Amino acid sequence: MDALTIPPVDLGLIAPLLVVVTWATGLLLVDTFFIPVGRKKLTGYLAIAGLVVAGLVGLPLWGVSGSTFGGMVRLDPFALTLTWVFLLIGILSITMSLDYLPRQDIEQGEYYPLIMFAVSGMILLAQGADLIVLFLGIETLSITLYILTGFAYPRLTSEEAAMKYLVLGAFAAGFFVYGIALIFGATGSTRLSEIGAYAADRDLGDTNLTLLLGGAAMVLIAFSFKAALAPFHMWIPDVYQGSPTPVAAFMSVGTKGGALAALVRLLFEALPTLNAYWLPVLAGLTALTMVVGNLGAIAQMDVKRMLAYSSIGHAGYVMLGVMVAGEQRGPEAFIFYILVYALSNLGAFAVLIALEHQGEEAWQLDDFAGLYQRQPLLAVAMAIFMFSLAGVPPTAGFMAKFYALTAAWEGGLPWLALVGVLTSAIAAFFYLRVIIRMFMTEPEGEPAPELNRGLTIDIVVAAAGTIIIGLIPAPIFALVERSAVALGG
Amino acid sequence: MELILFLITALIAIVGAVAMLVSRNAVHSALFLLLNFAAIAVLFLLLQAPFLFTIQLTVYAGAIMVLFLFVVMLLGAEKVEDTPDRIAWQQPLALLLGLALLVVSVVVGLGGATNPPPESEALIQFSDPRTLGALLFTDYLLPFEVTGFILLIAVIGVVVLNQRGRKI
Repeated sequence: MDALTIPPVDLGLIAPLLVVVTWATGLLLVDTFFIPVGRKKLTGYLAIAGLVVAGLVGLPLWGVSGSTFGGMVRLDPFALTLTWVFLLIGILSITMSLDYLPRQDIEQGEYYPLIMFAVSGMILLAQGADLIVLFLGIETLSITLYILTGFAYPRLTSEEAAMKYLVLGAFAAGFFVYGIALIFGATGSTRLSEIGAYAADRDLGDTNLTLLLGGAAMVLIAFSFKAALAPFHMWIPDVYQGSPTPVAAFMSVGTKGGALAALVRLLFEALPTLNAYWLPVLAGLTALTMVVGNLGAIAQMDVKRMLAYSSIGHAGYVMLGVMVAGEQRGPEAFIFYILVYALSNLGAFAVLIALEHQGEEAWQLDDFAGLYQRQPLLAVAMAIFMFSLAGVPPTAGFMAKFYALTAAWEGGLPWLALVGVLTSAIAAFFYLRVIIRMFMTEPEGEPAPELNRGLTIDIVVAAAGTIIIGLIPAPIFALVERSAVALGG
Repeated sequence: MELILFLITALIAIVGAVAMLVSRNAVHSALFLLLNFAAIAVLFLLLQAPFLFTIQLTVYAGAIMVLFLFVVMLLGAEKVEDTPDRIAWQQPLALLLGLALLVVSVVVGLGGATNPPPESEALIQFSDPRTLGALLFTDYLLPFEVTGFILLIAVIGVVVLNQRGRKI
């Protein structure tokens, strides 16, 4: 038989991904054989080191564009910047887990490599240029998260959350695969660029194009589920509430960032010519998401659930950037929003963790009463995060929202920008409610919660980032502007 | 010669399927299903689809059936109690749908007979295990490796979640 000729592979283009994956695999072994039970924090530090190294390895790749593995994966500044954001999300999530896990008595060394695998799935989503790769990226991320959601396993809520997430997630994965099959049947390819070229050649009304649209619709459903766009958001509050808090924090920013990064590529590489079809649908979903998420949050007295609904609302604002990613502003707004939302939201979850005692849940609004008198720094940090999530200047959240709304306005969706403004006004109510509880009510005799090192670092970094990006956004603007250039067409 | 082979394997497949349905012991049912799978694998071979033949044997007859047997034996469900069906309309509905499927397949089969599919050398080439294997190691190298990692993650997950349950 003929010798196999493997198409040229440039491993350099997926260097950060490779580092994360190999480090995680190695760490699994190191953790099993060398790190004694009770000192598993060491595994966590090693995992953080791995993510940092992956970020450093990415530095020389700045400005490089190219694809490898026969066009299956692509590296461009857009993917690289997102990779860095994802690595940051991973690092912050691990830092806040370091003390949480032993405190909840659920510490196991495998936790940290699993977070790394989840991050690798997100990177794959940012780099994927082929439907099969995107599917595998989503599955890597999801399967890891199913496990992490159930990580507090004997706790019933955790088990329930994992079960719900698994069943619904598998359902969404089914939609994805059906969609890929239909698209492949129509176009004969799973490569995003080839699908795009095929669609550009056909006239509307072509049977194959109809088939392609059907497949695309199914894939969009799967993405909407992962990114929690209404009406595919039902699972979010229960899953967030039940899963360990750092996992919920990771999930809220991780799945959103990964899935929507892939969606940007799908929409603007494979389906740009069909935007007359998908734009109204996605715009409707986005409007509904912003309304449902923010109205739903008002009714919540449980802060963790409130953050879950707020994360649905924020998915809507991120989508504003995604839908107009054909323009220069779109991807810029997308990356900027993901970064800012990651900082503010991870910070807010870290504060929740700080308030949690062992096995106890301290997520009710009343638990925040008079926090300022008990723990002034914690209260101030939480206030910063709440202001940022609500989009109040001078925090980064304001900049991000402003960016996303202008992008939508300039991109030809002014009505959607208006919906965004109105829903943000509604959202301010429930974010400010937390602040009022913290500063203007008397404490109810709760002992001051203890802050430990990992959490302190986390909260300080997130709060400082939120404020600094809010005050001097210029360097980040410059970064996202240069990242978005390559996506242009 | 081919017709005789086909008739024998088809007969075995049908007998296996019917026996699976009527046997009262779940383990026997599983074993009859295994027989049915094996017969269908031979049918694939007759259709010149060697790759499907091996997949049918390894995945269905191998992995999935072993899983079935494991679950049946672990749960101790080999003896069926005669409980009346809780959903009364289930049986008639299943019969109806089954009949509909039969009608459709007969209609399609007869329609296809007047218009036989072209004997395609390319098609046989395409489903050749060697071609498929080569594809996995060339064009689809990256997805192939990522899949490996996904399986690794799943295995870790099983171990992690089980340890936890035992410790408490």
